[in-house]
Amino acid sequence: MSLAIVVMQAFNGLSLFTVLALMALGLAIVFGLMGVINMAHGELMAMGAYTTYLTSVIFERWAPGWLGVYLLVAIALAFGVTFLFGFALERGFIRFLYNRPLDTMLATWGLSLMLQQLFRTLFGPREVGVPSPSWLTGAWQPTASISIPLSRLFIIGLTVTVGLALYRLLFGTRWGLRIRAVTQNRAMSGAVGIDTARVDAMTFAIGSGMAGIAGSAFTMLASTGPVTGQQYIVDTFIVVVFGGVESLLGTYLSAFAIGQMQSWLEFTLSGSMAKASILLCVIVALYFRPNGLFAVKVRR
Amino acid sequence: MEISRRTFVNCSVAAAAAGVMPAPFIWPRAAWAQGSVKVGILHSLTGTIAIAEASVVDAEKLAIEEINASGGVMGRKIETIVEDGASDWPTFAEKARKLLDRDKVAAIMGCYTSASRKATLPVVERSKGLLYYPTYYEGLEMSPNIMYTAQEATQSVIAAVNWLAQNKGKSFYLVGSDYIWPRTTNKIAKPTIEKAGGKVLGEDYIPLGNIEFASVINKIKAQKPDVILSTVVGGSNVAFYKQLQAAGVNGKNQALLALAVSEEEASGIGTENLEGFLSCMGYFQSLKGSANDKFVKAFKAKYGANRVVGDTLECGYISVYLWKMGAEKAKSFEVPAVVAASSDLEIDAPEGKVKFHKANHHLWKHARIGSFRKDGQIDMIYESPLIEPNPFPKI
Repeated sequence: MSLAIVVMQAFNGLSLFTVLALMALGLAIVFGLMGVINMAHGELMAMGAYTTYLTSVIFERWAPGWLGVYLLVAIALAFGVTFLFGFALERGFIRFLYNRPLDTMLATWGLSLMLQQLFRTLFGPREVGVPSPSWLTGAWQPTASISIPLSRLFIIGLTVTVGLALYRLLFGTRWGLRIRAVTQNRAMSGAVGIDTARVDAMTFAIGSGMAGIAGSAFTMLASTGPVTGQQYIVDTFIVVVFGGVESLLGTYLSAFAIGQMQSWLEFTLSGSMAKASILLCVIVALYFRPNGLFAVKVRR
Repeated sequence: MEISRRTFVNCSVAAAAAGVMPAPFIWPRAAWAQGSVKVGILHSLTGTIAIAEASVVDAEKLAIEEINASGGVMGRKIETIVEDGASDWPTFAEKARKLLDRDKVAAIMGCYTSASRKATLPVVERSKGLLYYPTYYEGLEMSPNIMYTAQEATQSVIAAVNWLAQNKGKSFYLVGSDYIWPRTTNKIAKPTIEKAGGKVLGEDYIPLGNIEFASVINKIKAQKPDVILSTVVGGSNVAFYKQLQAAGVNGKNQALLALAVSEEEASGIGTENLEGFLSCMGYFQSLKGSANDKFVKAFKAKYGANRVVGDTLECGYISVYLWKMGAEKAKSFEVPAVVAASSDLEIDAPEGKVKFHKANHHLWKHARIGSFRKDGQIDMIYESPLIEPNPFPKI
């Protein structure tokens, strides 16, 4: 194994970490902070991906000269669309199911099937083609044998930006303060005058918006089709559960661990064996730490 | 009305007699004389596999419409019954049973994945129905009640490997999705590669639906194979080609032949990511010939100018015609008669003249290799002679 391969492989691990983290952030907020198991999270990502597709079509038709920046517009739009959808979903659907985790699971799973069929009806059963802007195709080559895909660099940057923004929101604003307060003690937060219902709706909407951003960014790596969400959902849940449900830091660390492990195992074993080994590791870890690696102690 | 003891006895005897009569006597299959004949279409219109399967229904409906417009089969119009297998294998079996036992269809055009076919097979055999299966698959099957109208594995992979070894280089890297078709195909590919004087540098399987190919691409880069032979299927393909492109591997600097990418997948993958890569199929939309021109024109006229056709669509289309020709040759819709008449049955298909094997229910087919153009169409660069189907190869 040459040095160039080692460098590229290390980069792959890093890239996979950011991909997993971006996938899992939205779910970590919704699942972790609110305790809602949202099986339709993958479809929210697909919604973000389709928003990106529509944006690209609109740019191609009306503003072909601006096609280079369409992706940035699309990411913002994807956030907006999934944010609003998430808000409506929480108000019209999820809020009736709080404290009934099994029912939420079934209901959101049903919702995911409905969304899949909706995508299929609207956009057809085949994948749609989402073009990559020209400045993101190709690779950066620091030396002749090392090539770092630009699209992955972009996703790393995006994840860092989103992560920082989320940190600012949760720990630097009054909204974040309310969200954290409700997470820690709902009854007491209500007693001191926080509108918990509004906080719930906002939190769910932000989590959905994160899914939209992730879905939009992943159009550069993978497919955009009715069942796209299913490709992400399993990995997303593994990351969140492994990291510990209530901890955003745990989500990051778990994404990092799984990303590195998967990338190196895939290189030494075959793709399927890598996946199986990771699942085995996660099972063993959860056996000893049922609440995940970084469970926060919360009084219930 | 009072039921006397005698009428009761008489009725019982009649009922018992009816019970022991052979089933065909009670529901004679020949009682189709009402002027139409029923054909079932059984594909996934919903669920994961609808992505590949839903459009096959369009091609089959087109064939049926054409046949009806030109007078039907032996003077009978075809009545189509479409059922949704919903990408769920038990549902396929259930719907096949419904089509055969309740609707009494003369034939079913259906199934896409091998799993759906394997689930449908016992139902079709038990009800003595007839299934036309239009998807390229791994072989190793020959049901008396199924006609296979696409390539089985040896008909594509052996020709492809030999051509690649002669024209593109001797070292191969095999990448596939992790299920029966890629693994069987590669099992045939490996000894063929060795026989052609080449060697296999690596072999990799990725779970179905996987979207992360960076490590696999790195492994390929480390091995520097002359040829990548891909049996990756479905949504994973989009990720595979996008990430190859991003890693600087493209049709200009690397020979890659895909055994499961047709024109239909091209737009979803992004045609710029596919340009210059090779595909091996039995049929390309760009083939020359009047039968193909007619087919493509009719398809676009019915479903829209931006639709494309691929191998499976064409196989679905000719399945209906093959059944019609079999029935007309047999002068009967009875399944054994149609099957017997299908032996050596030749058709002037969009893919050229192909014919059923004397005994094994598969078609003699060309293997064709082509290279993807910028617009997602494929230019043919090699065409094999008709290859005998051999679903049970000795390796």
